[in-house]
Amino acid sequence: MDGKFDDAMTGEQKIRNFNINFGPQHPAAHGVLRLVLELDGEIVDRCDPHIGLLHRGTEKLMESRTYLQNLPYFDRLDYVAPMNQEHAWCLAIEKLTGTEVPRRASLIRVLYSEIGRVLNHLLNVTTQAMDVGALTPPLWGFEEREKLMVFYERACGARLHAAYFRPGGVHQDLPPELIDDIDTWADEFPAALDDIDGLLTENRIFKQRNVDICVVSQQEALDWGFSGVMVRGSGMAWDLRRAQPYECYDEFDFQVPVGKNGDCYDRYLCRMQEMRESVKIIKQACEKLRNEPGEVLSRGKITPPSRGDMKTSMEALIHHFKLYTEGFHVPAGEIYTAVEAPKGEFGVYLVADGSNKPYRVKIRAPGFLHLQAIDHVSKGHMLADVAAIIGTMDIVFGEVDR
Amino acid sequence: MSVELEELAAHITAKRPDCVLGHDIAFGELNMTVALSSLVNLVDFLKTDKNSLFSSLVDITAVDYPERDVRFEVVYHFLSMYQNHRIRLKVAVREDDIMPSLNEIHPSAGWFEREVFDMFGILFSGHPDLRRILTDYGFRGYPLRKDFPTTGYTEVRYDEAQKRVVYEPVNLVQEYRQFDFMSPWEGAEYILPGDDKAEAEAKA
Repeated sequence: MDGKFDDAMTGEQKIRNFNINFGPQHPAAHGVLRLVLELDGEIVDRCDPHIGLLHRGTEKLMESRTYLQNLPYFDRLDYVAPMNQEHAWCLAIEKLTGTEVPRRASLIRVLYSEIGRVLNHLLNVTTQAMDVGALTPPLWGFEEREKLMVFYERACGARLHAAYFRPGGVHQDLPPELIDDIDTWADEFPAALDDIDGLLTENRIFKQRNVDICVVSQQEALDWGFSGVMVRGSGMAWDLRRAQPYECYDEFDFQVPVGKNGDCYDRYLCRMQEMRESVKIIKQACEKLRNEPGEVLSRGKITPPSRGDMKTSMEALIHHFKLYTEGFHVPAGEIYTAVEAPKGEFGVYLVADGSNKPYRVKIRAPGFLHLQAIDHVSKGHMLADVAAIIGTMDIVFGEVDR
Repeated sequence: MSVELEELAAHITAKRPDCVLGHDIAFGELNMTVALSSLVNLVDFLKTDKNSLFSSLVDITAVDYPERDVRFEVVYHFLSMYQNHRIRLKVAVREDDIMPSLNEIHPSAGWFEREVFDMFGILFSGHPDLRRILTDYGFRGYPLRKDFPTTGYTEVRYDEAQKRVVYEPVNLVQEYRQFDFMSPWEGAEYILPGDDKAEAEAKA
């Protein structure tokens, strides 16, 4: 190697950054995400997400359908926790029309929102673990999800696209056996959670892949408009169920877990703890539901008459017919309602013009903002960490692309 | 709730009287109408002012009112996690107006503004990367404008002969149906055949 050394910059050795297409068909993309990554060696220099591959024009479609026909579109947004989305839509309509939701319906909504949260976190925690190399957690987690989907099915007849929350309450009352079964499940579930916990929490590989990855500071969380676990992981105790209580969340006893470092691992811990808190809420809701029978739909213009009335009363029959053809009218006005969906703040901005169709609906999905920041947070990470970051942001394309 | 919002509105109006065109409180929410030119100034104030501290941008969207002179209304939602309140800013925008981008103050505005551009065709000045976001590559038109048909103009299918995806003008087997549920008592105007002639004769 001694002697002349002047060929250090020969043509072959000129280094340039490498562009790589990640997705749209990639198991770690959690759907149809296309990332254009600029790599310096294995370090991410730039990350340009191309979204919209699952864009279905939900907002445009909603403008030509009645309020009730629009409800099922919300199941198809974040299809991992469908009822939480319906909740925001129902709350918006109820606020504009000034409808009071019966107590029992309110409890059922809380119960199913929390089931939705467990459904979502189970999917997210376990598939994120799969992205970083563990295969067993999703197999165990999906078994529990399956049980929860059966509860969905027993309440509304559909495992996924529920259309169960209706403006003015919920579609049907829960049978008492179902409440007992949910209660039993809530007793057994912590053991299953402990199993997953045992697989992951102290797992060396899992920690190597998650600790200190995608650290989000509090200022960054605010600047990029994060919500849900993405802010709680960074140490801010911000939960809409607590801060701006809707439904009857204010009477439930639960904690809001927060992280300290704002990395992927803290967010994983937050999600695990949130599931435990959700189980607490589920237990309380079951207890209350057993003791408080009653109506589940407020009787009025925006809800159908009872089946018995419809068969005997002419007026009720006309009402039923008009409700399901013309739909109900919502007074003019505009409203923004947000719920603490499992992924963060899910909001609906509704502009009503007094007719039976919304004039304009804007769906504010938490995943949209989280994915936007991926360029910012993945800069300087390794290529393999991008998969972990997509996982921890909890992105589902149904809601990002709408 | 509304007392506090009233106080907040009074505070903002007092501090920035030139920015705020008007405000109202409806359904427990504070709405403010802002002039296009003073938007950035006001948003910056809302973010830093101790009483407002609107630290995070929740949403940017637009609403199309084709019958108005000033066609669009761009709507901003802000949230303060510190003071636990929300605000909605509304800016009326003409079709050929250019909005100022909020990217400098709230980085999260980036995609929202891209979406508004994509869906309504409103331009933002100072935006680093104003591309379409949700629609297809090479898409034309602004889908959420009221004059854009729900069916769109083009459709995509896989062509077996050419072995590739082809774009074609929309061809509907059945006409797209928009039902009119307005009852005749509520003022729907039904024009019977021949009525339009009578009006034309009356004018002449």
